[in-house]
Amino acid sequence: MTEFYREYLAVAVLIGAALALVGLMLGVGKLIRPVRPQADKYITYEAGSDPVGGWGQSNVRYYVYALLFVIFDVEAVFIFPWAVGLEPLGIFGLVEMVVFILILVLGLVYAWRKGVLRWA
Amino acid sequence: MTGFVLAAIAPITTPSVDWLGVAPVIALGGAGVAIVLARALLRRSAVTTPVCVALGILGVVLAAIFEYRLWHLVRADGAITTMAGMVRVDPFGVFLSVVVLIGTIYALFISVAYLKRESLDAPEYLALVMLSAAGMVAIITANDLIAIFVALEVLSIPLYVLAAFDRRRMASQEAGLKYFVLGAFSSAVFLYGVALTYGATGSTSLTAIGDFLANNTLYEQGTLLAGGALLLAGLGFKVAAVPFHFWTPDVYEGAPTPVTAFMAAATKAAAFAVLIRVFSIAFPLYRTDWKPALWVLAVLTLVVGSVAALVQTDVKRILAYSAIAHSGYILIGFQTGTIAGRQAALLYLLIYTFMAIGTFAVIMLASMTGDDRHSLDDYRGFALQRPVLGGILIFFLLAQAGIPLTGGFIAKLEVFSAAAQSNNYSLLVIGVLAAVVAMFFYLRIALALASPATGGEYFSDRRVDRWSGVVVATAALAVLATGVTPGPFIDWARQAVYFV
Amino acid sequence: MMAAIQITDTYYLVLSAALFSIGAVGVLVRRNVLVMFMSVELMLNAVNLTFVAFAKTLNDTSGQVIVFFTLVVAAAEVAVGLAIIVAIFRRRRGMTADDMRVLQG
Repeated sequence: MTEFYREYLAVAVLIGAALALVGLMLGVGKLIRPVRPQADKYITYEAGSDPVGGWGQSNVRYYVYALLFVIFDVEAVFIFPWAVGLEPLGIFGLVEMVVFILILVLGLVYAWRKGVLRWA
Repeated sequence: MTGFVLAAIAPITTPSVDWLGVAPVIALGGAGVAIVLARALLRRSAVTTPVCVALGILGVVLAAIFEYRLWHLVRADGAITTMAGMVRVDPFGVFLSVVVLIGTIYALFISVAYLKRESLDAPEYLALVMLSAAGMVAIITANDLIAIFVALEVLSIPLYVLAAFDRRRMASQEAGLKYFVLGAFSSAVFLYGVALTYGATGSTSLTAIGDFLANNTLYEQGTLLAGGALLLAGLGFKVAAVPFHFWTPDVYEGAPTPVTAFMAAATKAAAFAVLIRVFSIAFPLYRTDWKPALWVLAVLTLVVGSVAALVQTDVKRILAYSAIAHSGYILIGFQTGTIAGRQAALLYLLIYTFMAIGTFAVIMLASMTGDDRHSLDDYRGFALQRPVLGGILIFFLLAQAGIPLTGGFIAKLEVFSAAAQSNNYSLLVIGVLAAVVAMFFYLRIALALASPATGGEYFSDRRVDRWSGVVVATAALAVLATGVTPGPFIDWARQAVYFV
Repeated sequence: MMAAIQITDTYYLVLSAALFSIGAVGVLVRRNVLVMFMSVELMLNAVNLTFVAFAKTLNDTSGQVIVFFTLVVAAAEVAVGLAIIVAIFRRRRGMTADDMRVLQG
């Protein structure tokens, strides 16, 4: 086995460990949980609202949450490199990041005050 | 592989920041953020709109004060390069930043009455204008292709929303969507140009690319030439140069009129700043390659802009094609590749800002609530019923046509004399012919304004609010002043052509 | 054991150029706005691949850092673009560029 493939062995081990862990947790749960079937419990889960058949028209509200998520999720990409370089960047980097996060928080506050986050 | 890792763990140094150099951008962006904050805290109270307008004006005024300081500083001590070479403040940049600030403050002023009339949400609109203006000033002083790309998006994304801002009017929403899809497309093209240029030269800094190309002979030039062509195409879209102009008529027609004014004046100045800066600083040695391309662009832009405007019947569409034709004249100035040509392009951008905003301001005042009746017939009788407003609109149209004693004449004269000085007679002849053709459609609007109204369309109830009145009056005065006493303005542009 | 194919940097550049072209053609040819939109995203990601490939060739990390900026800008674009599309969709079903009749362009 070449050195190249040996480096990928770690990935294979990780995949195996993940499968084993999930199997263990679900298996133990299956053994010890009580089973009391009810019709409602077997309905397809659709984000808490009553499920509709076929290709349902999804509520336009989902988009707002999805868009907010995309923005805040991707902005986090800047925080990871900053965290790695936290010490050499020092106070300057800290202040920059606080300003950056404050602007993001302002966006969230704006969305909240506009009532976007209320589900009605 | 190991070199890669070593580069990644090399010590990080914090770049030094010259705060004055980036202060105008911070003032504009800060004002935008402050407006969002005010909107979030005050909600829909009676003071929200006045507070937001005041914050916007404060941001522009602060930025103008910083630009004034910077102008004297860079004229005395040379260009300021800061933020690890990302930002470069030079006379050229300060001049065009001021042009953008003029466009921004005018756009703010004419928007105030418009938003009230159309009952649109003022705070969001104002915040978007401020953020877009921040992107424009940032792009004008950017010295790195990646900084340019990020600033390009900062200025474009608010404009997409602004174009679609009138949610009740389908035309506005479609304008926003079209602008968005084509704008995103052109941004991607521009970014691919950045990537290829980076691959060919190993850097994204404009000055570093220029130095690299001056000291090295490229083994193969294909990558760099393809990159340059894609950069030109991406920027050609933003300056509305033919054949990248197809979005312009639809977006100018559909967007709310103050947004159209802002796009015509400020966006054009910012986009031309990048075009001129990238090709003058990064690729001066490839002049023989990009000059023919710009020649073709300039000719196409002049011909298509002037001829297509003849067959339009909607005033905003005619003005959109006229904006395309104006880009052609500015391209003539830049295509010469001389100092005189660059100076002519700068002067043209300054004067065009006053002409474009003034014209659209009167158009905005003349249109009824709803902002969707702009056919030539809708404007019949305007100059007879409202002699002052109509007279000023005719004056702006004549200035755009290039009648002597207006700024438009001086702007065209400077461009043509720069072309003549560099023995570029083909462009000179085509430019003059295009100006003659353009005369027809400007006169066509003027004629409609001065002919008697056909139906019961009366303009007597159009109120001129104080803010728009100031814009129309000062813009008209500026166009007149640049036409009658062009000396100081030409001097100012002459001092501003340098990148050092 | 197959003969090992040497994957050179040119492969990545050709792949990204192909992806970029597919995206560009998609924007120009497809009429569904959402598909046009996805094509733009494909173009941006093709450029990201170009940047990473050049970063490896030039042994320079800045090409990889640029990808971060592109990603964030693309996300902001997605949010704004989808918001505009949703705003139009709320008023009217059917979302193709040909449906837009108000501005004939």
